[in-house]
Amino acid sequence: MTSTVGTTEVGTALAPVVPKGTRREERKGTYPYWFYLPAAIIFVVFFLVPTLLSFYFSFTRWDLFTSTWIGLKNYQSFFQEQALVIGLRNTLIYATMTSGLKVVIGMLLAVLLTSKIVARGYLRSVIFFPVLVSTVGVGLTFTVLMNPEKGLINQALGVIGITGPDWLTNPSLAIFSIALVDVWQGVGLATVIFIAGIVSIPSDYFEAAQVDGASRFYSFWNITVPLARPAIATVITLSLIGGLRSFDLIWTMTGGGPGFASDTIASVIYKQYQAGFYGLSTAGSVVLFLLVTAIIVPLTWWLNRGEADR
Amino acid sequence: MRFSKKGRRGLALTALAAATTLFAAGCSAGSLGSSSGEGSAGGTTITLLTGADDNVVASAKSLIDAFQAANPNITIKHDTRPGGSEGDNLVKTRLSTGEMSEVFVYNNGSLLQAIKPEQNLTPLDDQPWASELDPLFAESSKGADGKIYGGPSGTAFGGGVLYNIPVYKKLNLQIPKSWDEFMKNNETIKKAGITPVEQSYGETWTSQLFVLGDYHNVEAQVPDFAQKYTAGQAKYANTPAALQGWQHIQQVHEAGYFNKDFASAELTDGIKAVATGTAAHYPQLGGVGANIENVAPGKTNDVGFFALPGPDAATNGMTVWPGTAAMYIPKSVEGDKLDAAKKLIAFAATQEGCDAQAKGSPPQGPFLTKACKLPTEVSQIAKDTQEYFDTGKASPALEFKSPIKGPSLEQICIQVGTGQVDAKKGAELYDEDVKKQAQQLGLPGWE
Repeated sequence: MTSTVGTTEVGTALAPVVPKGTRREERKGTYPYWFYLPAAIIFVVFFLVPTLLSFYFSFTRWDLFTSTWIGLKNYQSFFQEQALVIGLRNTLIYATMTSGLKVVIGMLLAVLLTSKIVARGYLRSVIFFPVLVSTVGVGLTFTVLMNPEKGLINQALGVIGITGPDWLTNPSLAIFSIALVDVWQGVGLATVIFIAGIVSIPSDYFEAAQVDGASRFYSFWNITVPLARPAIATVITLSLIGGLRSFDLIWTMTGGGPGFASDTIASVIYKQYQAGFYGLSTAGSVVLFLLVTAIIVPLTWWLNRGEADR
Repeated sequence: MRFSKKGRRGLALTALAAATTLFAAGCSAGSLGSSSGEGSAGGTTITLLTGADDNVVASAKSLIDAFQAANPNITIKHDTRPGGSEGDNLVKTRLSTGEMSEVFVYNNGSLLQAIKPEQNLTPLDDQPWASELDPLFAESSKGADGKIYGGPSGTAFGGGVLYNIPVYKKLNLQIPKSWDEFMKNNETIKKAGITPVEQSYGETWTSQLFVLGDYHNVEAQVPDFAQKYTAGQAKYANTPAALQGWQHIQQVHEAGYFNKDFASAELTDGIKAVATGTAAHYPQLGGVGANIENVAPGKTNDVGFFALPGPDAATNGMTVWPGTAAMYIPKSVEGDKLDAAKKLIAFAATQEGCDAQAKGSPPQGPFLTKACKLPTEVSQIAKDTQEYFDTGKASPALEFKSPIKGPSLEQICIQVGTGQVDAKKGAELYDEDVKKQAQQLGLPGWE
């Protein structure tokens, strides 16, 4: 009772000390705090609580009703898993490969599609179209196309006398085949971001460069690339995160197979969850969370620092 | 000015309230969905959940038709679920959240233990049919508390090698009883330009037969393997008899006896190959024989069945699945629905019920209750399987003697079969997989 009165007194006593103008500006600039409430409730209930709970459950062996605290044992057996070593390697290969190809191919396509070519609008839609198709649909379609004996790709290669590889059933090739499909599907989004970035570069620079006699490659390398840097940063961040937690395409195309050859961390976690090893898969999710954070946070910092310098 | 601002704020609040209501409505519509079917006039409606294979669906539909004809007050809806580990996941989740269908078909044996029957299912040992059950089936449909939880569904069948009879006749081959004889046959078959051993890794579960189907031979050499394995004392990698199944995969792979498309072929490709004679052998569950007529019409009796050969011809016999599946009722079912569910399971255990199931899907082995007799005309696979039962050369697979089956067996078999790891390494990896399952089940001796 006394303390409440005390705080109120302090509050009222302090209030006039704050200059009137500042206080008013603050109120003008921000919404009342309770406006944040709906979003905050949703965020806390559906994101924050589960995230914190999963940290707790990763130290237990649980089955939806009961849980036993087992300390670090889940992490121990997660890191001993052979599929994890393959999964970790595949995740990194997959993320860097898809991200790299999307940046390079996306940039080239964007340059092509911002230049004056015939049917530009149509071509832009064609490039973007795969982004709109469901990933599962893409996965199933390409599984059929990439069938070593009956698939269209190898039959087409056979016509011109090339024996196509076993795209998805060769253990050392499977992950790369899936990555190529991922690039095919995702490059459209990268292209659109790059187009937006390139279009926003003032044309004065290109004209000036042209007057000075710069080659087209020179103006691409010294004007387009540096000035499209925010777009590049966005594409790298988005595609790298997407690649690190990639699951749907891999699951529909190979299920992580043959054996464990195309498993990524996400598919290893999913399989453990399927098997009913809930504690183990929760520990796996925490590891994936830490891995993504460890890669993305410094990367975003590095990419954005350059932007701030300019 | 002031007024209009206030008005806008009010509008925003209304929109927010509307959105919240919509959100809440969306939620409740979802949770209502599971209890649909209550609206049907009079009588009771329950749902039967089964696997989605063609023959399983046909058999379930035929059973439902016969049951509804006999019980006009009860309506049964049919629902299907995926098989393999995807299906395991679905069953576990729906049981845990109390959204399981009134009657569902699922594996017995070790997979039954993984869904904790004592906690999640209604015990059925007070039912009249319980005393009639085949003892092997009854044993593998019990929970840890010794109560029976599963009613009979379908037939028992063996796990062995499907073989093409015309190829065997043409090449004048004998049914192999030892592994050496089997490999000799394979050599002859390969020389004749026919695929010796069909594999279908495109459908991962089909890869496990070399290991699972070899269990009769394991037990012939190490009679107490199951107990020691459950207690964590015997491992696949350090028990030579148990390691053999893994070595067999490696040997057949290294000899180049697999079909060319073994890595991408699926179950139906395999059945078709062995039924039409492009492949001579297909290690498989006898139960898949029910699909031959769909895949290769008229070829059902071209396919015979023998046990996976082991080291010793004298002790060779068949590993059998005394019903891969049983019918269960989740604990959450009560009242009229419970009565209807019990009636359906009881009906499936009568001759009438068995005949209905057999009409939908031709039986590939003996029925699971003494109340049912096989029809006089059965497939060659069923006859061959029956002979192993009759001569006492049949023993249940390991998953019916031990509660532990590692979930990654299929992938590890594929690793060995595609040459990524050798037999010994594969067995070690599987032992690790088994350890995780044992720990999740909380078995003693595995920490």
